[in-house]
Amino acid sequence: MADTGEGKKEESDYKRLHSFPLIRHTDMPEEMRVEAMELCVTACEKYATNNESAAKMIKEMMDKKFGSSWHVVIGEAFGFEITHEVKNLLYMFFGGSLAVCVWKCS
Amino acid sequence: MPAKAGDKQRQGQSGPSGGKPAPPKPAKPAYKRRDEDVSTEAVEVVDEAGNILVKPPDQLELTEAELKEEITRVLTANNPQAPQNIIRYSFKDGLYKPISHVDQMAIHFSLNGNLIPKDSDEGRRQSIKLSTAAEKAPVETSATAPEEAAIKDEERTEDTQAAGEGKAEESGTAEAAEAADAEEPPPPAVKERKLANQFNFIDRPSWTPKYPVRDRACQSEPTPCKTLSDDINQWVIHDAYVEELRKREESKEKEKPKAQSDEINKISKAARIVERMVNQNTFDGIAQDFKYFEDESDEFRDQKGTLLPLWKFCYKGTRRLAVTAISWNPKYKDLFAVGYGSYNFMNQGKGMLLLYTMKNPSFPEYIFRTESGIMCLDFHNDYPYLVAVGFYDGNVAIYNLKKATSQPSYKSNANSGKHTEPVWQPCVPKVKWQKDDMDNNLNFFSVSSDGRIVSWTLVKNELVHTDIIKLSVEGTTMQGSEELQLQTLGCGTSFDFHKKIDYLFLVGTEDGKIYKCSKCYSSQFLDVFEAHNMAVDSVSWNPYHSKVFISCSSDWTVKIWDHTIRTPMFVFDLNSAVGDVAWSPYSSTVFAAVTTDGKAHVFDLNVNKYEALCTQLVVNKMKSRITHIQFNPVYPVVVIGGERGFVVTLKLSPNLRKMPKEKKGQEVKKGPEVEIPKLDKLLNLVREPENKTEE
Repeated sequence: MADTGEGKKEESDYKRLHSFPLIRHTDMPEEMRVEAMELCVTACEKYATNNESAAKMIKEMMDKKFGSSWHVVIGEAFGFEITHEVKNLLYMFFGGSLAVCVWKCS
Repeated sequence: MPAKAGDKQRQGQSGPSGGKPAPPKPAKPAYKRRDEDVSTEAVEVVDEAGNILVKPPDQLELTEAELKEEITRVLTANNPQAPQNIIRYSFKDGLYKPISHVDQMAIHFSLNGNLIPKDSDEGRRQSIKLSTAAEKAPVETSATAPEEAAIKDEERTEDTQAAGEGKAEESGTAEAAEAADAEEPPPPAVKERKLANQFNFIDRPSWTPKYPVRDRACQSEPTPCKTLSDDINQWVIHDAYVEELRKREESKEKEKPKAQSDEINKISKAARIVERMVNQNTFDGIAQDFKYFEDESDEFRDQKGTLLPLWKFCYKGTRRLAVTAISWNPKYKDLFAVGYGSYNFMNQGKGMLLLYTMKNPSFPEYIFRTESGIMCLDFHNDYPYLVAVGFYDGNVAIYNLKKATSQPSYKSNANSGKHTEPVWQPCVPKVKWQKDDMDNNLNFFSVSSDGRIVSWTLVKNELVHTDIIKLSVEGTTMQGSEELQLQTLGCGTSFDFHKKIDYLFLVGTEDGKIYKCSKCYSSQFLDVFEAHNMAVDSVSWNPYHSKVFISCSSDWTVKIWDHTIRTPMFVFDLNSAVGDVAWSPYSSTVFAAVTTDGKAHVFDLNVNKYEALCTQLVVNKMKSRITHIQFNPVYPVVVIGGERGFVVTLKLSPNLRKMPKEKKGQEVKKGPEVEIPKLDKLLNLVREPENKTEE
C-alpha cells in the first residue's frame, strides 16, 4: 500500500514537474516560436483527451496566422520523417507525455 | 433505234390527227397552237365552215372507203426487236440452253429529273423547309408542281391520242394552256431586289506601330527545406524532461555561485596575502631599504642629499600612457592612485586608473579602464574609498573602490554640465574634494580649460553641478565690456583650496596667471598674480603657513608666494620645464619639483634658499619626461610619475628631511608651531630688503 501511495505521489510529482512545454527542436524565429508554443499549449490543454481536435486547432490557427500549409502531429509515440520549410518547424514535448510536431510545407 | 421508234409513234399520232379534221370547234385552238408547225406546209384547205384546213404534204390520199375501213391493231407487250434465240450455258444442267424469257422492255429515252412529287415525303419535307425561307421559294415550288402535273397529263393524253381519240388532244392543249396561265402570274409576285454596287465602298486602314515581342523569364528560388526525422515514445519524452529539469537545477546552482564567489573572495584574500608575502621576499632588499636604510654618506656631503630609488611600478597596459595624476590615499599610507592619460593633445586615447600599494609593486591593487584619458584625481579625505577623477573629455566621475565594478559609480554626462570640450581647446580638469556641504552631501570642485570652476555635489545618485566661477582674462573684472569677458575665458590648469580658509582657492591658468578666488564671489577675483610666462602646471598652498603658496610652470621656474603680496617671494630657475611641485608634509620649508628633463629637485629653504639640496636624474631615458611628484604623507618617500607609464618611489636621504635640530639639547618641537615661524623667518628675510628698498 505504501509503495503504491508513493508511486502515486511520484506520478503526480512527475506530472506536476513535467507540465511545462519543452522545446525539443525548433528553428523558428523567437517571436513565432513563442506564439506557436503558446498555441500548442492552449490546444493541448483545451483538448486534453482528443489529440485530433488539438492538432486540428493548431493547424487551423497556424494556417491563419502564418499562412498555409501547416501540418501538425500530436501523439504519445510515433516516428516521423518530414520535409519542412526552413524556419518553420517546432518540435516540442508537453505535459510529460505528449509530443507535438508542427511544421510548414506547402 | 429508239429514235426511229419515236418517229413511228409520231407518225402514228399525226396520222389520225390529220385524218380527223371533222370536229371543227375544238380544232380551232389546236390549229392556233400548231401554227408554227404548220406554217412551213404549203397545202391549205378551207373547210365548209370557212375554216382553213392544212394538210401536210406527205399525207396519203385515201379514198372514202379506205378511210372508213377499220384497222385493228393489237398492242402487245412483246418487244419485236428483242432476240428470241439467246442461248447460255447452264451450270445447273451442265449444257447450253435457250433462255425462255427475254427482256421485252426497250428504253428509248430516259431523263432523270430533279422534280419531286408534292405528296412524297421528300416533297413535304422540302416544302416545310422552304416555307420558312424567303417568299420566292414557295412560288417556285408551286410553279414546278403544276408543270409536273402537266407533264403527267400530257403523257396520259398522248396515250389516249395514240388510241386515236381527238378529244384527248383538246383537253391536253387546254390543260397546257392552263398550265401556261398558271406559270405566268408568279413573275410579278417576285419583287426585284435592288442590287447594291459592290464596288462602292470606302476602306480606310491604319498601320499601328508594331512592338517587338520580348521574352522575360524569371525563376523563383524554391523555399529552402530541411528534413527532420525522429522517433518519439514515452521514454524519450520522459528522458527529455528529466534532462531539462536537471539542467534547470544546474542553472539554479549557477545562480548561487555568488555565495561561492564569496568563498573565492576569501581565498583571494588569502591569495593576496600570499602574493604580498612573495613580493616581500622578492623585494626584500628594497623593503629593508625603505624601512631602515639611512644614507650615512649624507654626513659627508654637507647639506646635500640623495634620493634612493625603491620600487618601480609598472603594468603592462600603461606603457603607452603618461602618468597624469598621482594621489596618496589619506588613510592607507602605502596606497596611492595613479591616473594615466596622455599629455599629447593630438593623440588622446583610453585612460586607466590604477591603485598601487607599496606592499605589492608587481601588480596594481585596483584597475579601472576608462574611455577617456584621466587628467587628475583626488581621494576623499573622510571616505578614502572614493576617488574623484577628471577626464580629458571634460567629464568627471567618482570611483568607489568598495564596489567591484569596473565602471565609475557616478559619472557626469553631457547633460549634467560637464566641462565643454571644444576640439581646439582640450580640457584639463582638476579635481579637489571639499568638505561636505551643509546637507552633508559629498562635493568636489573641478576646473577646466573651458575656464569654469564647477562644484559637483553628490545628491543621491546624481552629480549635481554648480558653476562657481568663470575665469575671465580681464583680471579683476568690471573693466572692459562684459561680452569680451565672456569670450575670453581663461583656461584653468591647476588649482588648490586653502587648507584652512574654506572659501579661498587659487587657480593657475594656461596663460600664466594665478587667480585668487573665493567661492563667495562668482563674478570677480580677489587677486590676480602675473605669475608665469607660460602655463601654470601646479599650484599648492603650504601645508603649514596659511599665507604661502608655491607655483610652478613650464617657463622653467618655481615660485613661492605670499598671497597678500603680488610679487613672488622666491624664484627658482630649474633649467627645464617644471612638471609638478609639491610641499613636503613634514616641513614647511621643504618642497620637491620635477622637471621634464627627467630630474627631481628637492629644496629645503631652511637649509639653502638658492639651490636645491638634491638634483637627481631619476629617469635615464631622456625621452621619458617626468610629469608628477607626490610626497607620502607619512613616510619619507616620494612617488614620481612620468611618461610611458613610469612610476617610481624614491626615498629621501636624511639630509633632505632634516628637522631643525636644536643643538642645545632642547626638546625637539614639532608641528605647525615650529614650522610657521620657520617659514616666516625666511619670508621676513625676503620681505625686509623689499621693505627697505621701498622705504
